[in-house]
Amino acid sequence: MKFAVIQFPGSNCDQDCVAAINSLDGLRAEYVWHKETSLDDFDAIVLPGGFAYGDYLRCGAIARFSPIMQAVISDAGAGKLVLGTCNGFQVLCEAGLLPGALVRNRSLRFVCDMVTTRVEVDDSPFTHGCSKGMLLRLPVAHGEGCFFADAETLHELNANRQVILRYADSRGRIVSEANPNGSVENVAGICNRERNVFGLMPHPDRASDLRLDSADGTKIFRSMVQTISGNRATSERAKQVA
Amino acid sequence: MKVKVVVMPKATVLDPQGNVVRDAMRHLGMPEVRSVRIGKYMEIDVDGKNGELESRLHGLCRDLLSNPVIEDYELQKDESAKRKRNK
Repeated sequence: MKFAVIQFPGSNCDQDCVAAINSLDGLRAEYVWHKETSLDDFDAIVLPGGFAYGDYLRCGAIARFSPIMQAVISDAGAGKLVLGTCNGFQVLCEAGLLPGALVRNRSLRFVCDMVTTRVEVDDSPFTHGCSKGMLLRLPVAHGEGCFFADAETLHELNANRQVILRYADSRGRIVSEANPNGSVENVAGICNRERNVFGLMPHPDRASDLRLDSADGTKIFRSMVQTISGNRATSERAKQVA
Repeated sequence: MKVKVVVMPKATVLDPQGNVVRDAMRHLGMPEVRSVRIGKYMEIDVDGKNGELESRLHGLCRDLLSNPVIEDYELQKDESAKRKRNK
């Protein structure tokens, strides 16, 4: 199984993503430069953290026009799993693959910390290896991670169970003290309505080894692997029936 | 043609930067300040000046220069440059 890790000029978590993915059995990650135009060879796509195009204008505003984004958008439309962490989440929102936007942290400070997130949805392709209410300890490092969506969008996100992760305290309570950036309703990560595109501000890639204080990030990558192998088995069975 | 583009955060979007500047102005002896909103201002110089060009500029204002989820933009044609030339 092969994951693509997109490299934009200014990406700086691409190596973290590749290392985290390669550490899992049966999974291989490859770098894909943003000037490429096809992702046909890959089972899933990861947009890593960093500062694509220096975050000029707005985070992700210029990266969304990179040639590879056409392939990301069309593959996402075809149902391929797309994961965006940190800057990758910002790019996905700018590209319109996810609703809402990420704005300056309410504190106006860059936050670099280990946070606790609560799994809100345990049947998404990215979290079905987790149970509902499970707490994942993941690091954050961002200046523009405050998730914003207007009231109508927020209502839809909740009604369709698209909020996958929320910032929580160590007892799993959704409280403002646990919110590192001022995100509305403590939103840490959301998926699209079709549930195959997931963006989150925390870094599962930097929490994939216990030597880094947490390996909770692997639960997200493992869930993706399970989803993809499950889909494959289903389509093969369908072929046999046909 | 010279155009100016002003991009402002929507009223519903919190502008923490503006709030900090508002508070600083109050502390510096101007308690009358009610609010400060901070946006972006861009000066753009383009060849040509027809309506088609302007509508393409509006397209890029929506797609690139602003994010309609959080921002509003205003495109102003620079009339001062024209006046100077007319003198």
